[in-house]
Amino acid sequence: MAHAAIADKGQELSHPHSWITKYVWSQDHKVIGIQYIIVATLVGIIALFMSGMMRLQLGFPGEFTFLEPNEYYQFVTMHGMIMIVFMLTAFFLGGFGNLLIPLMCGARDMVFPYMNMLSFWVYLLSVLVLIAGFFVPGGTTGAGWTLYPPQAITGGTPGGDWGILVMCISLALFVVAFTMGGLNYLTTTLQARTRGLTLMRLPLTVWGIVMATILGLLAFPALFVSVIMMSLDNMLGTSFFMPAISEMGVTSDHTGGSPILFQHLFWFFGHPEVYIVALPMFGIASDLISTHARKNIFGYRMMVWAIVAIGGLSFVVWAHHMYVSGMNPYFGFLFATTTLIIAVPTALKVYNWVLTLWEGDIHLTVPMLFAIGFVFTFIHGGITGLFLGNVVVDVPLSDTYFVVGHFHMVMGVSPFLVVFGGIYHWYPKFTGRMLNNTLGKAHFWITFLGTYAIYLPMHYIGILGVPRRYYANGVTDFMPDSVASINASITVAALIVGSAQLIFIYNLIVSLMKPKDAPSNPWNATSLEWRTPETPPRHGNWSDELPTVYRWAYAYSVPGAEKDFIPQDVPPSAATGNK
Amino acid sequence: MTITLIFLALLMGIVVTWLVKQSINSQPWAEVGVIDNDNPNGPVFIGSKKVFLGGLLAVLTSLFMLFFSAYRIRMEYPDWVPLDDPQILWVNSVLLILASIFYQQAKNAAQRNKEGGIRVGLILAGMFTFCFLYGQLWAWQQIHDQGLFIYSNPANAFFYVLTGLHALHIIGGLWVWARSTAKVWLGAQADDVKSSVDLCTLYWHFLLVLWLIMFYLLLST
Repeated sequence: MAHAAIADKGQELSHPHSWITKYVWSQDHKVIGIQYIIVATLVGIIALFMSGMMRLQLGFPGEFTFLEPNEYYQFVTMHGMIMIVFMLTAFFLGGFGNLLIPLMCGARDMVFPYMNMLSFWVYLLSVLVLIAGFFVPGGTTGAGWTLYPPQAITGGTPGGDWGILVMCISLALFVVAFTMGGLNYLTTTLQARTRGLTLMRLPLTVWGIVMATILGLLAFPALFVSVIMMSLDNMLGTSFFMPAISEMGVTSDHTGGSPILFQHLFWFFGHPEVYIVALPMFGIASDLISTHARKNIFGYRMMVWAIVAIGGLSFVVWAHHMYVSGMNPYFGFLFATTTLIIAVPTALKVYNWVLTLWEGDIHLTVPMLFAIGFVFTFIHGGITGLFLGNVVVDVPLSDTYFVVGHFHMVMGVSPFLVVFGGIYHWYPKFTGRMLNNTLGKAHFWITFLGTYAIYLPMHYIGILGVPRRYYANGVTDFMPDSVASINASITVAALIVGSAQLIFIYNLIVSLMKPKDAPSNPWNATSLEWRTPETPPRHGNWSDELPTVYRWAYAYSVPGAEKDFIPQDVPPSAATGNK
Repeated sequence: MTITLIFLALLMGIVVTWLVKQSINSQPWAEVGVIDNDNPNGPVFIGSKKVFLGGLLAVLTSLFMLFFSAYRIRMEYPDWVPLDDPQILWVNSVLLILASIFYQQAKNAAQRNKEGGIRVGLILAGMFTFCFLYGQLWAWQQIHDQGLFIYSNPANAFFYVLTGLHALHIIGGLWVWARSTAKVWLGAQADDVKSSVDLCTLYWHFLLVLWLIMFYLLLST
């Protein structure tokens, strides 16, 4: 191995000498980022397929026989867990985090590249263990993605024996992988920034990812604690969570554990998890909007503080998921208040995106379309979140499709729009190829409009009282007949949106088959990742000398400047073209 | 969960205070030019390994605080039968305190570039740590011999899980200790091990504090 010094003194960068060390056991942050993205996408496709199956069942009950009730609940569980933890968290932090943090910080790599590599392989192991759940006796757990005991362990729940254990092991491995990766992101951002790059000159993408990482580092231990104790309840008969219970006439050995304790621990992780996904998407959306509107981000400092405030507040709202579990009214008031307060910094971010767009030189590129689409869907999801943050509204709506609509709008559609926007934006840098614009726009419009066709009606049927989690609604007095046809139309829209993702995959494949055609900075962006000597950046990112930063990451349309953008590493004298 | 919230409030306080120092006067849109370390707003570099360890300790604190919170909540339930903690735990606590003291002595010797002092400090710290682990195993054996298994009662279950997890973290630290000790034994200079001794000392102190809190919790029931 040959070695070269990286920005952080005393650390070394190992260069690969074979195909295996370059693409498989790679320590290059870019390769690791792509590895994360590939695995997260593959497992996400499995979850997408499951949602299609569930929608067919709900839209056309009795007409398809491939899903039995047990399998339906297993699919619900796996779809939720995969999408939230193994897909979105891994994609934003493992994928975008690895790809962008060192480049945006002007570093050659993560500070601990070997540990970074281990992080990916442990993540892959966690995914493989998760998938192995399909093949164990009884199949995967069907307890719902919240895995509440006692149903998660009792015999009536699918996967109550092996399935839940496999899920717990998989999650514990994921937490280990995340911790290794997360400590790397934190250390790299704090210690490996290049000369002149202060914290307040960092792009908001880095701020979002790093703050999400801090949340993850503090919140994922709650998941770890939960799954360890749940596994012991399952395997060794302890009673951390399992109450004294009689099942099929047989009394179990459990002595009276607390399912509520599990809920506290789970949501202590589960609610910050929302922001672990949301903060990177806020950061990326900010950068996309600023770049493609050719305008500096409005209220940068406010945006940074909003990210920090959201991060802090996200830890004191967990129990709003437990209103229906029963709660002291004073605690209900406390958690409702903190939940509503978190809307303040979140709304600030939305205002700032809108004000960044205001009078901007908006280029309706594909990344920009996805970013604007995200602002729409996030506002919708956020407002319905305000409804649910109030105890008196949440209690009747909690177990209805209103929650499914809200949740998917804010945590499904919004992040995926940002994921796509981010891919369209950075794809040219990491592959050297441009994606087809027309296909990209077709992909955006079908996805954006299609998701509204899916999730808006869900809010409506939720208000009608249609319960979620049901395999089939059957004939009920309170549900009007229109619910069945709405469900059918939602399913058709979902299948169309799901199929439209093939346009994106086709676009990727076609672009990869053609010769390299992307310029080094196709969007005329300012942040450091666009300033590498080579496109795609080589191992080590930069030439012998690391870039020096002279300004913040949003120097767009600066009066007196020669062009409408000034990259961060352009010296003041060169920015004005020596006029 | 109050214990965890107090810890988080402290941590957020530290983060916000640090950020205020970094950015309160900064107007990034108006500042053009290189900002170096000499500048009050410039970057602060304290070493990657130290930052990494700081992050790791925050993660571990969160992990154990959550366990402690769960312990406090669970012990309020009627099926909780307090464990008669083995007396050996008092001896073990003294052993871990001694290990921490000798690690501190090794660190002080490293700062004064005294290889002999590092060697003695490391060996004694390691020896007392191994004794602590053996003592913990002995405590497990005593409880096990009384017929108190992990599934017998939630108090027992917490005892096994908490002490086991703590011991696992100590074993992880011993791996770094072994590397430093081997280096010093093979004649390395103080400069070569200064960093790892420094970080290990912090880690040992952290595990000691954690143990003392845990021991108090175990005794308080």
